[in-house]
Formats: sequence, C-alpha cells, structure tokens
Amino acid sequence: MLRIEGLTAEVEGKQILKGIDLEVPAGEIHAIMGPNGSGKSTLSYVLSGREGYEITGGSVTFDGRDLLAMEPEERAATGLFLAFQYPVELPGVGNALFLRTALNAVRRARGEPELDAMQFLKVARERLKALQIQEDMLKRGVNVGFSGGEKKRNEVLQMALLQPRMAILDETDSGLDIDALKIVSDGVNAQRGPGFSALVITHYQRLLDYIVPDRVHVLMGGRIVQSGGPELAKQLEETGYASVQAAA
Amino acid sequence: MPAVTETIDTVQSVTEGAYKWGFETDIEMEFAPKGLNEDIVRFISAKKKEPQWLLDWRLKAFAIWQKMEEPLWAAVKYPPIDYQDAYYYAAPKAGPKSLDEVDPELLKTYAKLGIPLKEQAFLAGVEGAGESPADARMPVAIDAVFDSVSVATSYKERLGKEGIIFCSISEAVQTHPELIRQYLGTVVPQGDNFYAALNSAVFTDGSFVYIPKGVRCPMELSTYFRINAKSTGQFERTLIIADEGSTVSYLEGCTAPMRDENQLHAAVVELVALDDASIKYSTVQNWYPGDAEGRGGIYNFVTKRAQCRGRRSKVSWTQVETGSAITWKYPSCVLLGDDSVGEFYSVAITNNRQQADTGTKMIHVGKRTTSTIISKGISAGRGQNTYRGLVRVAPTASGARNFTQCDSLLIGDQCGAHTVPYIENRCMTAKTEHEATTSRIAEDQLFYCRQRGMTQEEAVGLIVNGFCREVLKELPMEFAVEAQKLLQISLEGSVG
Ligand SMILES: Nc1ncnc2c1ncn2[C@@H]1O[C@H](COP(=O)(O)OP(=O)(O)OP(=O)(O)O)[C@@H](O)[C@H]1O
Ligand SMILES: [Mg+2]
Repeated sequence: MLRIEGLTAEVEGKQILKGIDLEVPAGEIHAIMGPNGSGKSTLSYVLSGREGYEITGGSVTFDGRDLLAMEPEERAATGLFLAFQYPVELPGVGNALFLRTALNAVRRARGEPELDAMQFLKVARERLKALQIQEDMLKRGVNVGFSGGEKKRNEVLQMALLQPRMAILDETDSGLDIDALKIVSDGVNAQRGPGFSALVITHYQRLLDYIVPDRVHVLMGGRIVQSGGPELAKQLEETGYASVQAAA
Repeated sequence: MPAVTETIDTVQSVTEGAYKWGFETDIEMEFAPKGLNEDIVRFISAKKKEPQWLLDWRLKAFAIWQKMEEPLWAAVKYPPIDYQDAYYYAAPKAGPKSLDEVDPELLKTYAKLGIPLKEQAFLAGVEGAGESPADARMPVAIDAVFDSVSVATSYKERLGKEGIIFCSISEAVQTHPELIRQYLGTVVPQGDNFYAALNSAVFTDGSFVYIPKGVRCPMELSTYFRINAKSTGQFERTLIIADEGSTVSYLEGCTAPMRDENQLHAAVVELVALDDASIKYSTVQNWYPGDAEGRGGIYNFVTKRAQCRGRRSKVSWTQVETGSAITWKYPSCVLLGDDSVGEFYSVAITNNRQQADTGTKMIHVGKRTTSTIISKGISAGRGQNTYRGLVRVAPTASGARNFTQCDSLLIGDQCGAHTVPYIENRCMTAKTEHEATTSRIAEDQLFYCRQRGMTQEEAVGLIVNGFCREVLKELPMEFAVEAQKLLQISLEGSVG
C-alpha cells in the first residue's frame, strides 16, 4: 500500500531525511520511534505534501500511485490522513463547519454525496460519543482554547470522520491522560481492518500496549536504523537509543 | 519563502477574470448629453417631472458643488477625475413599467445576477411561478435600479397593505412629495461634502422607504444597483424613514460590467429612526474592482448617514465590501435620541490593486447612547485597506459608551493595512474602548485545511470567513451565505 524508497529531503537547505526505505502493507500498523529531531515529523510532512520540504531523491507510492506528485488535498482525497503533532488553531472557524467542509471535500473526491448540516451532525454525534468528546467542542473555534489532550482527541475525531485508508499519527499520545490514551487507542483500533493502515509515531512504548503494531521502526539521523516486531519497542524502553546507535 | 511567492502568483492568475458579474446588457438607452452643467441638472429634473422646489434644491447643490474641492485626505490614490467626461443620465429607453412589462433583456440581466425573474414574478404574486424549492425562501421585496433609473419594484402591493411605502425615489417624489420634502437632505445636507453635493445636484434614482408607526416590516427590503452603460456615473439617493416603534431590515447589492475605464458611483443614503424605531441596513458591495493591474473598476465614493432622532432608536450598518477599485465610504450614526444605539459591522476586502478607505463615524449627542464598531479589513495582492473611524462624544452625552474593534488580516507581503481611529470625548462620564489587531493567514493553517482535503481556495475561504464571523452573523441569513461565497471568490488563490 505505502512504499517509500530511498527518500531524501531537505528543509531550508539542510538535509533531514537521508534515505528512508519503508513499506507498510494494507491492513498493517507500523510504529516509528526515534529521538527528538531525528526527522519523524519531517517524514510525516513530506508524505502529506507540506510546502517548504524539498525532496531531493527517492520515491513514494501509495497503491502504486506516485504520492509525491500529488497536491496535499489530493493525497487527503486518496485516503491519506495526518494527525498533527501540533494541531493548528483556526480562530473564528467553527469546528463543526471545519469538520463538515473537510468531510464533504473528501466525500466529493470519492464520488459520494455531500452531507448537509443536519446529516453531518448525526454522523458527528456518533463519533463524539465513541471518543467521549463533549458536543460543545463542535461549536468552538477549531482547536482554539482546546487543551493539549482535547486537540489530540479532535485529531482522532477527524480521522474517525474522514475514514482514511492510511493514517499517520504523529505523537497523538503525547499530552493524553491515561483514560484518554485508552479511548484514543480504541478509536484507532476500531479502524483496524484490511482497508486501513497506519504509521504511529510515538516516544512511548505504553501506547503500543494498546495499539499493538505489526512492525516497529527506529528512525535516527534521517534513516531507519532498525526494524522489528513489537518487542523492539519494549527493548528500546529499557536500553534507550544508545544501544541502537551502537548496533547501527 | 519561495512557497509564498508561488501562492501569491496563483492568486494573480486565478483572480483575473474571476469577476462573474462583468457582462454587459445590450439594450436601447437614452442619455443626457455628456458633461455637467446647470442644463444637465435641469434635464434630469425635467425627465423626472419634478416639482420646482426640487429643481431649486438641485441647482443650489450644484452651485455649492462648483465651489467645493475634491477631498484628498483619504489614503487612496487615483488620477484626477474629469467630471465633464461622463454621462449623468442613462436610462433604458422603454422606461419604468410594471413588473410583467419590463424589458426581457433587463429581466435576463437580473436573472444572470442571481435575482431571478421567476422569483420576482413569484414575489409579485404571479401564478405558475414558484414551483422549485429555491422559491420557498423567505420573500424579499426588490427595487432594481439600472443605471440611472429604477426599472422595477416587487411586492409593492403586499407592503402597501401595511402602510409601508417602498418605491423608487423618483416615484416617491410624485406620490409622497410631503415626505420627501420633509426629510430629503436633512441627514446629509447638500453641502455636506464634495460627492454629496454632486449627488444632490444630479441624483437620478434610488429607493424610498417609509415604515409607519408601530409596523414591523414583514420582509427584507432590497435594492439592487446595476451600472451598465459606458462612461456613466451612477448617483443614486436612498431615503429610509422608520417612524415610531417601527422596524425594517434593508439590503443593497450592486455590480457592474468589466470595463477598462473607471466609473464613478457617488451615492447618498439617509436614514431616519424615530422613537423606538430600528433600521438594519446591510450592504453587499460588489462593484467591478478592476483587473489585476488596476485597470478599470468603480470609484465608490458614497455618503451614508443615519440619524437616530428618537429615544431608544437603533441603526445598524453592516457592510461587506468586496468590489470597487476605490472605496471611500463611512456609514455613520448621529445618536441624537437618549438611549439610542448605533452599530457598524464591516468587512472590507482589497485584492490586486484595490484601495479601500472605509470606516464609520459615531456621533454621541443623547444621554446613554451606545455604539459598537467591528471592522474586519482583509488585504491581499497589492491591496491597500484603511480603517478610518471617528467616535465623537458631545458634552451632553452623559453615560455614553463606545466599543471599537478593528482587525486586519494580511495575505501576502505586498499589501497594506492601516488603522486610523479618531476619538474625541468631551464628556467626563462617557467611556470609549478601542482594540486593534493585525494578523496573517499562516502557512500551517492552510496546510492543515488542505491535509483534510480542502482546496487552497476553500481553505482561504474558510479562514477568512472565520476572521469575519462577527460581522457576517449580523447579515440577514440568506445574504450571509451569499456574502461568504463572495468573500471566497474575491480572494480566490490569494494566499501567501
Ligand atoms: N523549517 C525548518 N527549518 C529548519 N530546520 C528544521 C525545520 N523543520 C525541521 N527542522 C529540523 O529538522 C530536524 C527534524 O525535525 P522533526 O520535527 O522532523 O523531528 P522529530 O523527529 O519529529 O522530533 P520530535 O520527536 O521532537 O518531534 C530537526 O533538527 C529540526 O530542527
Ligand atoms: Mg515530531
């Protein structure tokens, strides 16, 4: 489904990704771990098409299509979703309107009919309930004045609404309390199935107890330096990244 | 960042030709000779079969105008206007008629502008129309002004049952001369300013509204202004009187063909609110803004003023200014009655080479008068946007309150936003507050939206609408939707 080969990328003339090779087959969830500044968020931005990242080599295909040639919104339309490490505030833009505009944009791309405000509210309410999010969050400005945990839950709400085929979760667990971690993990696990894959970026093994990954990769210095099963995360928790560096 | 330049380029390419209302209607017109002199003033007055007192009033205005200088204090730049090089009267040859006799070309024009004939027919109570769901909307009575004259007014009969007068001002001069004589020029006198004097001399048409005592107007009243003919100025004059305890909501819309000449639009709007009366005046201004290089477009130099004469009277101005090459406009409230209320909600967009110098004046005279000013300026391309406002509190206005908030949003780095608030408070017990902010659409906001599947245009539209929310929610429901779309169109691609 997602295939990354020899991907190199620069930001402001500085090389951050130095040759990433990674394949996430359909239906699998892969975790990416790695020290601060190793390039995890950069990878997620490059995959989702943010401006300011220059791709200097390699290729990325999504279901065989050249992902890097697409505009960000086209990538979203084909089913790529990024839960932001730092969700962005949109003052004055009602969360409900934002979510509905996003959902309808994606539905349009899929050739599905758009939802009006009432239809949307019905769908949204179910998702809110599952994620135990207060309904008043729909009325507020997008992420404006949301607590750290609320922002992350709002990201997962968007994922649940947009039903992507490939979700990149960039530290979605950071800032969540214990209960919220469980709720959010349940939200991700609910998507699990042959038509859904995910790249879960995290610093904490704990998350992977809830969302058990098929594979774990360690990203350091712009490269994947080690890959393994879920046990790799446990091992890292004990030994830290120094041991990986030595091995690499 | 190079990414920024790229998006600004996109703006340019998309905005060109994005003005959808730029077509021209081919219809037989009657013109006054080009130029401006006393004979032209007499010509217009004679065309309208006006009484002698009104001709005298016009001639006095013309005499005043001739001695006046064009104001230069606004932060706008344009080459000198040759006032002799324009037509001051242009009207469809057929002349105003009842709704079902209106020239089909005109009806087509208004249908194209989104003011469908069918709806008008339906509104006027014609059988057979109104089958599609779109017609199930709340009725809006419309006065359509085409170049110099009103071509049709819908719904008159139904309004008449309530004693409401809604017609063109030319008609009102014939049918209700006493009201015109009592109120015309009492809010904006002939010599008020250069453009108001010009308008007083040569105004050709506009709308007249009178709401009798205690009547709540049962529907929105609306005037749709269209400049069509080449080299003409449009000088309309609107007068709205809300008698004691009455309520009315009025909306004006306007468009013009795309031409590479500049055309002058110098309107005067006078509002009078008596005891406990309330007037809500909304404008969606979409005159042709000129092309990306600043060629053509309307010079929109208008004087709009309300007098809250009565106690507890209220006037609320809401404007969405997306069009015009230059906008020079300060809808104001003179708060004479004790406890009267003035409000000004404004969104002004300047894209490409558009210039806007707009704001309001709130003059507090009565006790405990309150005013609220919310101004949202959006500049993109090489647009220049100035908020200019005056809050004046007279010594008599004890306990008066004003709150002003001016927010500017910049898109790209070649545009400008300026805030010029004047506050003159001569009353110890009055309180004025002023807040101002300037912000930009951030790249991360756009990316966030696009990652969720929205196009760049949708994203800009969403963010801008969020920025303007406090103003847009003041518009009557149906027009709020139109205004939102318009904001998006005006800014298509204008991202940085
Ligand atoms: N716009 C930028 N300008 C300059 N350097 C940048 C920019 N964006 C990212 N970098 C640098 O790229 C490197 C990788 O950053 P990135 O955000 O991808 O790290 P990360 O692995 O997500 O870290 P964390 O775990 O702290 O979130 C860092 O050294 C960072 O400073
Ligand atoms: Mg990161």
